[in-house]
Amino acid sequence: MAMDYSEKVMDHFTNPRNVGEIENASGQGTVGNAVCGDIMRVYLDITGDNIIRDAKFKTFGCGAAIATSSMATELVKGKTVQDALKVTNKAVMEALDGLPAVKVHCSLLAEEAIHAALWDYAEKHGIQIEGLEKPVSDISEHHETKVVG
Amino acid sequence: MKQIYLDNASTTPVAPEVLDAMLPYFTEEFGNPSSLYPLGQRTSDAVAEARRTLACLIGAQPSEVFFTSGGTESDNWAIKGFAHANAARGKHIITSAIEHHAVLHACQALEREGFHVTYLPVDDEGLISPDSFEEAMREGTILATIMFANNEIGTIQPIGELARIAHEHGVAFHTDAVQAFAHVPLSVDELGVDMLSASAHKLNGPKGVGLLYIRRGTKVANLLDGGQQERGRRATTENVPGIVGFAKAAELAYADLDAEQERLRALRDHAIRRILAEIPHAKLNGSWEQRLANNINFSFEFIEGEGMLLQLAARGICTSSGSACTSGSLDPSHVLLAIGLPHEIAHGSLRMSLGRDTTLEDMDAAIDALKTTLENLRAMSPLYEDYTHGTYAGIIDGYKANGMRYVS
Repeated sequence: MAMDYSEKVMDHFTNPRNVGEIENASGQGTVGNAVCGDIMRVYLDITGDNIIRDAKFKTFGCGAAIATSSMATELVKGKTVQDALKVTNKAVMEALDGLPAVKVHCSLLAEEAIHAALWDYAEKHGIQIEGLEKPVSDISEHHETKVVG
Repeated sequence: MKQIYLDNASTTPVAPEVLDAMLPYFTEEFGNPSSLYPLGQRTSDAVAEARRTLACLIGAQPSEVFFTSGGTESDNWAIKGFAHANAARGKHIITSAIEHHAVLHACQALEREGFHVTYLPVDDEGLISPDSFEEAMREGTILATIMFANNEIGTIQPIGELARIAHEHGVAFHTDAVQAFAHVPLSVDELGVDMLSASAHKLNGPKGVGLLYIRRGTKVANLLDGGQQERGRRATTENVPGIVGFAKAAELAYADLDAEQERLRALRDHAIRRILAEIPHAKLNGSWEQRLANNINFSFEFIEGEGMLLQLAARGICTSSGSACTSGSLDPSHVLLAIGLPHEIAHGSLRMSLGRDTTLEDMDAAIDALKTTLENLRAMSPLYEDYTHGTYAGIIDGYKANGMRYVS
């Protein structure tokens, strides 16, 4: 099926920003599952005054999944934790000049990946981030120990 | 950038000789074959000649060959037309789980009308077991429809043996030979099939034309009612240029069928060997032995197919995938699931289908691009990260440990 991707989506898919890992990240979250064909992992480096200094990602998924991960990490970089929460899937989609209807779930997953990493950060530091809930698609804990036969 | 087209199972370019043969029938030879004046008679003769050519190539009588709009119509006509004409004898049909949607959805439409359909499973190479085929026969079975060669994984079924079993039980046999016709030599009498579907655009012919072979004496109800074209079996003014082009394309394909198949088989085997040797975590899907000469289908672990296709496309390589993202649904290809692939690696499948224009240089360039693409995508895959950290066990590693063939 030919995909109707915007130039921005193709740019972020072809030259994704922020691919990689952050060692000893302040927060790390993984969402999605391989059976459905999408997994996103986000790493955040957060300073003492709650500013996201760096964000990295790794994604298993389609072109839209990679592009939304790239854009979502771009959008949260330099923001405070509170402002990062305002980076919704709609904001990611708008920044990418839209997504085909069947790919909207990719932008939701990108939002959830950021939230999962923030949730991990809050847990590690024993703090509460107002308005943040643990994403339902968070698989960080199970995933690390998952062994496929 | 040079384009390398490796999606010939999807469609093929019209050969220049085919186009030349078709062109007069758009303009000066535009007559309706049903008309009595010479302009009409000449097109009527051209259609008759094309019918004779195609009938001869499959070992049929011209009166047993009917032109259609393509493979999908041929499959629908064979299955629904036969079922409707023979419902008084029984309402059970046997097919397989890996058929093209033209067959599967035609069968499902009949189920909604009260027919019963058995969807036979296949083994891990996509082959139907003749024993399970025979066991599926029951009181009221009227038709079996099994594809000659699979469009995704290229597996070639033992059609002659299955048709013989069907006849022993008084059951008619249809085969969707869209991927096989003019790629594999076939004779309807040697195979013993009662109906056979073929399409022109898979063999460097035009889109929008196909044929249905119906053995004399096989009762099939009409799908299209109207005029008396195709001896009253299929109404609509004949697609004369398409029909002429179809026959020309088949003639060209048969002119060097064995040599071209040998050439493609060598290219295919070279590609399969290179991928298995140079790309880790890869699995050949389908059978290597019972396989179309132009089909290569692999699963690559830790990556998703659409990303792979888009990156290959950015490098000028045209291929296809059975991933959910390319099928427009949430599930990966029904064929890959039927051969037992888990979703995780069914999402990472790639089909490369070769054609007359494919060269060794193309094949090598495509595999080089594939290697780069997979390295890029794996470098950004969280699954691959977990695999390298030892927290995720590779599925294909497991296959390898269990002694499965053709995995890396």
